[in-house]
Amino acid sequence: MKNNLILYIGILIFGIAAPFVFPAFKVQLSILCVLIVLATTWNIQGGEMGYNSFGNILFYGLGMYLCASVQVGMFFPLAEWTESGGEKTFVHTPSQFFQGMAVGLIVAAVVPTIVAGLIGYSILGLRGHYFAICTLGLGVAAGEISGGIEIIGAGQGFTTPPFPDVGSLDSRGEFFYFLSFFVLVLTFVTVRAIYTTRFKLILNAIRDNEDKAEAMGIETMKYKIIGWMISAFFCGLAGGIMGGLVGYIDSTDVAFDGREMGVFMVLMAILGGKGTLWGPIIGATVFHIFKEGFWTFFLGWQYVALGVLIVVIVIYFPEGIMGWLREKYPERFGEVVDEKDRKAQVELK
Amino acid sequence: MDFMVFQYPMISVQACLDGILLGILFALIAYGMALQWGVMNIINIAQGDLVILGGYIAYFMYLYGIHPAWGVIVAPVIMYFVGIAIYKLVINKVVDRDLFISILATFGISILFMQLMNFAFGADVVLANSDYGTTMLFNNNVVLPNSKIFSAFISILFAICLVIYMKKSKLGRAIRATAQNARAAKILGVDTEKVYAATFGINAALCGVAGALISITFTIHPYMGLPYTIRSFMIVIVAGLGNLPGVAMSGMGLGVFEEFADYILGTEFRIGSVFLLLVLILIYRRFKLSRKREYLK
Repeated sequence: MKNNLILYIGILIFGIAAPFVFPAFKVQLSILCVLIVLATTWNIQGGEMGYNSFGNILFYGLGMYLCASVQVGMFFPLAEWTESGGEKTFVHTPSQFFQGMAVGLIVAAVVPTIVAGLIGYSILGLRGHYFAICTLGLGVAAGEISGGIEIIGAGQGFTTPPFPDVGSLDSRGEFFYFLSFFVLVLTFVTVRAIYTTRFKLILNAIRDNEDKAEAMGIETMKYKIIGWMISAFFCGLAGGIMGGLVGYIDSTDVAFDGREMGVFMVLMAILGGKGTLWGPIIGATVFHIFKEGFWTFFLGWQYVALGVLIVVIVIYFPEGIMGWLREKYPERFGEVVDEKDRKAQVELK
Repeated sequence: MDFMVFQYPMISVQACLDGILLGILFALIAYGMALQWGVMNIINIAQGDLVILGGYIAYFMYLYGIHPAWGVIVAPVIMYFVGIAIYKLVINKVVDRDLFISILATFGISILFMQLMNFAFGADVVLANSDYGTTMLFNNNVVLPNSKIFSAFISILFAICLVIYMKKSKLGRAIRATAQNARAAKILGVDTEKVYAATFGINAALCGVAGALISITFTIHPYMGLPYTIRSFMIVIVAGLGNLPGVAMSGMGLGVFEEFADYILGTEFRIGSVFLLLVLILIYRRFKLSRKREYLK
């Protein structure tokens, strides 16, 4: 317990100091924070609940569009903004920008949560691969449909408000870094708190055998919806921040990017280890470092690498890094091991 | 929103005929998916990308001066071996595993194929021109390209051949036995590994035929694969596994739905409406099943 506290404080200090120690990587670090948030929240229903969703990208994209729309719509007419070149005629003052961002982020978190609650009842009743394909369809449908809506920029995209001039050039990166780091801490604290309660056990029961859990008197549907809503809340927040960070929203390439972000969050959670607290965090960090390296040195081949990576991870590494560590050092995970039995099993393999 | 479809009946007729001809093609792809789903219990997200790859084979023949209709014979042969290769490299390692693992693995294959095709063939929308001309019906009010009629005819021909092959041949019997009970088939001396490989190969070959026909009648693009996967998945769940007339009917129904969605909502919502329909069908199915569960209670 004491070790853990030191670890957390160490990470917190590192997190706060990071943008000043590595000033060139501020944007990358913010993206890493967003990725960790996405992987961790995917893990709530993907890893703990056993409902493998490809559709969390829906909430992410929804949050992105909502945050930007609110930020613009609070002060200027949205339709004129999204017309080609319209964003150049209006300029946010710093106070307008931050007010809009704050309200936008609240909306971006709340609305996806409500959406998740509304569609949850019908969609979470699906099981197994039907659920996976249905959520995949939802994500792609949202992307295709938002690409046809004029007021949020349709096919030509939506430029989010540029960061206002507040004196220093570094302030944009620092603002977004601390914003995303704050959301990351918020997510981690929430998820950690959830994982110590009965709620997590119920989610695990649903994963292991849903019918049995229902027979034991658990209202599985209620807990499934709550689990999904928690995911949606943080996905929306992450989307809102990412919209401001990227500065430009396109329906299928940035917001509802099922081919990239939608798979990334699944992959990160699996790489780190599904159903663990630290797995998605480690997975996201490793994945992001790998990805950035690849994107820089093998530009153009990144999707080929991504496809190969997915196949390799899924086939040879489905337990993830945490699963591997757990097999290697079970004592560290508080598991009592019968050494004889373990040796016998290793020999059998 | 545009309701011209209902004011001019001839447009409705046009949409219906287009939809049916298109739907037969969808049904062919869905047949392949139903086959591998039934036999191996795998949902192949890369189905659509195999279709597009088949389309590029026909397109390349067209580029080198061979009539693209010959692609209908060449594409399945090449695609059969591509399918076997995919099976040997990836699928045989995920067959017995969790369903989600196989979905994710084929998703990876799909991304890989998309990008490799993008490198190899470029990101342009292409079509292989067959010069078949058009047929006019109803006082020249309805225009049907002959290539569409040709493709529907070929699809039906392939489907019938395959059904007969499945019924009569030794491999067909082995495939059906494995679909019913893989373990029992193994005990009785069926080499299930070989059957799985052959099933995946046949599925890829069917995709190759469909792709060649699509490159003649419509257009192909490296990133257009996923909608075909979703369409075939939708057709299979509406029709049920192993229900061939059902697959054909729901394929045509989907084709007609798409054509009408195209006219009413506009082309930009066409793909979106397909995906939305999938979600709606799954939700409908879920409520239907839950009602059945309540009966049992």
